[in-house]
Amino acid sequence: MAKTEKQKQEPLFHIVKRIIGIPTWQAWLIRIASVAAALLVCAVVTVMLTGENPLNVYKTMIEGAIGTERRIWNLMQNVAMLLCVSLAVTPAFRMRFWNIGAEGQVLIGGLATASCMILLGNRLPTPLLFVVMFAASLIAGAVWGLIPAFFKAQWNTNETLFTLMMNYIAIQIVSYFSYIWSNPKGSGAIGVINLNTQVGWLPTIGSQKYLLNILVVAALTVFMFIYLRFSKHGYEIAVVGESENTARYIGINVRRVIIRTMLFSGALCGLAGLLLVSGTDHTISRATAGGRGFTAIMVSWLAKFNPLYMILTSFILVFLQKGASEISTQFGLNDAFSEIITGIIIFFIIGSEFFINYSIRFRESKKGVQAK
Amino acid sequence: MGANTAIELKNVTKVFGSIVANKDVNLTVNRGEILSILGENGSGKTTLMNILSGIYFPDHGQILINGEEVVIRSPKDAFSYGIGMIHQHFKLVDVFSATENIVLGLEEENFNIRRSAEKIKKISEQYGFEIDPNKKIYEMSVSEKQTVEIIKVLYRGADILILDEPTAVLTPQETQKLFTVLRRMREDGKSIIIITHKLHEVLSLSDRVSVLRKGEYIGTVNTAETNESELTEMMVGKKVSLNIRRNDPVDPQDRLVIKGLTCISRDGVKQLDNVSFTARSGEILGIAGIAGSGQRELLEAVAGLQKIDEGSIVYNNPKTGGQDDLRNKTPMQIRDLGVRLSFVPEDRLGMGLVANMDIIDNVMLRSYRRGKTAFLERKPPRNLAERIIHELEVVTPSATTPIRRLSGGNVQKVLVGREIASAPTVFMAAYPVRGLDINSSYLIYNLLNEQKSNGVAVIFVGEDLDILIDLCDRIAVLGSGRITGIVDARTTTKEEIGLLMTKHDGGEPNHG
Repeated sequence: MAKTEKQKQEPLFHIVKRIIGIPTWQAWLIRIASVAAALLVCAVVTVMLTGENPLNVYKTMIEGAIGTERRIWNLMQNVAMLLCVSLAVTPAFRMRFWNIGAEGQVLIGGLATASCMILLGNRLPTPLLFVVMFAASLIAGAVWGLIPAFFKAQWNTNETLFTLMMNYIAIQIVSYFSYIWSNPKGSGAIGVINLNTQVGWLPTIGSQKYLLNILVVAALTVFMFIYLRFSKHGYEIAVVGESENTARYIGINVRRVIIRTMLFSGALCGLAGLLLVSGTDHTISRATAGGRGFTAIMVSWLAKFNPLYMILTSFILVFLQKGASEISTQFGLNDAFSEIITGIIIFFIIGSEFFINYSIRFRESKKGVQAK
Repeated sequence: MGANTAIELKNVTKVFGSIVANKDVNLTVNRGEILSILGENGSGKTTLMNILSGIYFPDHGQILINGEEVVIRSPKDAFSYGIGMIHQHFKLVDVFSATENIVLGLEEENFNIRRSAEKIKKISEQYGFEIDPNKKIYEMSVSEKQTVEIIKVLYRGADILILDEPTAVLTPQETQKLFTVLRRMREDGKSIIIITHKLHEVLSLSDRVSVLRKGEYIGTVNTAETNESELTEMMVGKKVSLNIRRNDPVDPQDRLVIKGLTCISRDGVKQLDNVSFTARSGEILGIAGIAGSGQRELLEAVAGLQKIDEGSIVYNNPKTGGQDDLRNKTPMQIRDLGVRLSFVPEDRLGMGLVANMDIIDNVMLRSYRRGKTAFLERKPPRNLAERIIHELEVVTPSATTPIRRLSGGNVQKVLVGREIASAPTVFMAAYPVRGLDINSSYLIYNLLNEQKSNGVAVIFVGEDLDILIDLCDRIAVLGSGRITGIVDARTTTKEEIGLLMTKHDGGEPNHG
């Protein structure tokens, strides 16, 4: 009997869901603690793999991200662009429409911008060109979002696969036009468009090349926050996302909401494409979106689809990216090492949500029970 | 403790967050007895049984089986002590046969499915079950599925059976059959624990009754020495009047005339078959029937949520005096016609409300389109939410608490409160008291009566026949999507309705 008693001991710990939830400050304490723990683990990994002093590594990381004024502007520009794409996918995500096609929607919006710059650049007066460019990029992105939304609304196709496939189509179309419009001819790359005339380039504010982009995205952030929280559309999106049955019951036209929201989401991706092509790169290639369409998914989720939190989450991700790549160059390590560091930190940040939602209770000592 | 004790629980406590589901519960179950566990919803009955069957682990306390202390960590452990639980929601694989479901998960040496089928037949004969071991689950009625669940635990050699609200889904006739089987098991020396909140079943079946209230153990009484009002008082903590007031309808007028309504599902099954009835103002029309006989489709067809293949739903508008056909109109179109239709659906959190939204946003569902701007006006719904909380005594920390954090009764109060607030002329409610405690249930009955006296045509889909007979003016009985009879609630009997419920159930597969 003694043996079976031992086998049937109470489990070492239980995982218990926090039904009431914990105060916000405690949740933030957990998140901060998780970052600290991540840095600790990274330090150990750094010493084991490279033998470098982890403090130096962290210092290099911070310098790499915000060490000089140019780097700060660069970081802000990257945060803004990632945030822009994240804001674009968020209405769809709030609706539980898993749009992982932002990459393609950004690219196709960018391509529309580039084609306006190339084909209409010298034919239209500049203000009109900007109007046409804006319209073209928004419409292109919206159409790329509409196609999967239409099929979802009409035949309930799987939007995840559909939007993913649309990415590849967009990439191939961009590749195709890269050959058609390649400059110099035959190079397979478009190169800087209107290098001499700068026609179709978004204007710079003062001497700051990226300021306009940043301001546009800042305004968009506030708009999106208000749209989702205080508008009737935002409310409908939330109801459809939480329960399509409830939406139908209450008389919301679910198909219309899906299509309207994806048009909006896609159009904003198109706008991100415009900001990238006309405001930043002044060219287009397969890599213009730079994986932001996928990173944006993480930004949006980590922020629990709240546009204001997304400022923070997109900042963290870009900061890590920039900082980690600086480590690789400064210490002569390969890219993989910086990816490891980034991975560890993100793992801890995401993992901390588990401890916010659940608590762990360990087995009480058996002594108390035996004493009875 | 006596040598006849099968299970003894000592000071069992289970806490979820800040909610105490069970607090120092003491309970004994003897061999060869039927013990009822009685308690309102949220009193901790199911939690306690889940502890016994190894799904939850208690925070404190001891479990003794046959006098020895045991630790039950998993359902497998529970089986090794001879404890088997029949859950309220069946856990069966639809495409498997009865036998396959029963042997699923067993690690028998020299397994042979034909021998298993033999064993199942033997068990069935011993206790008087009617079961075809080769029948697939999806071809079975609810009562047959329940039989499979019971045999599943007997096959595993259970001596202690726990049944969680087994009669909730059965007709009166099926309930009687189940009770006969349970009595036979008792004679065979098995211990049976049955969770229920139907008092008359407790009194007719069990030997002893243990009562829980708000997680605490109140006491155990011998069934022979108690009565309904004593048990209710133990359960609720105070005296409750179990009478439902029923006034005669005042000036009833035909409000909703349904003729020849037929709805065919995507796989070609007639979910509603030539259904005709009239709902009158100032009257409560009850709808009775076995679960899945077309109740949901009927209400959803009226509400504009179900495609109608044949028939008509004519609404006599009391304001204009005109007649509107609601057939195949969307909920929006119905509202635009000026039809004030309220609907409390069966699936409260999945259809009537949004679980993750707070009370204000849920109340706003019906009215959010108001106002000319693109923005929401949260002030009127906030006032309405406060009013519902106050008038219906909703227990909630605040109006901004997500609905999912409320208990079932309070969720229903919010839903019914919202639906009443739009001053309906037709009020439909599907199982509005399912899962509610006695006080909340009577509050809902009173609200339905209030609507009736306001001249609303009330349609009430219920499962408890005693309540239907006490509350309604007329009762329409659905069987396999057809109206098998419309009876006067003042003169009918449970037996009559029970027979009507199964009248057309000619062995058609039940997909419920």
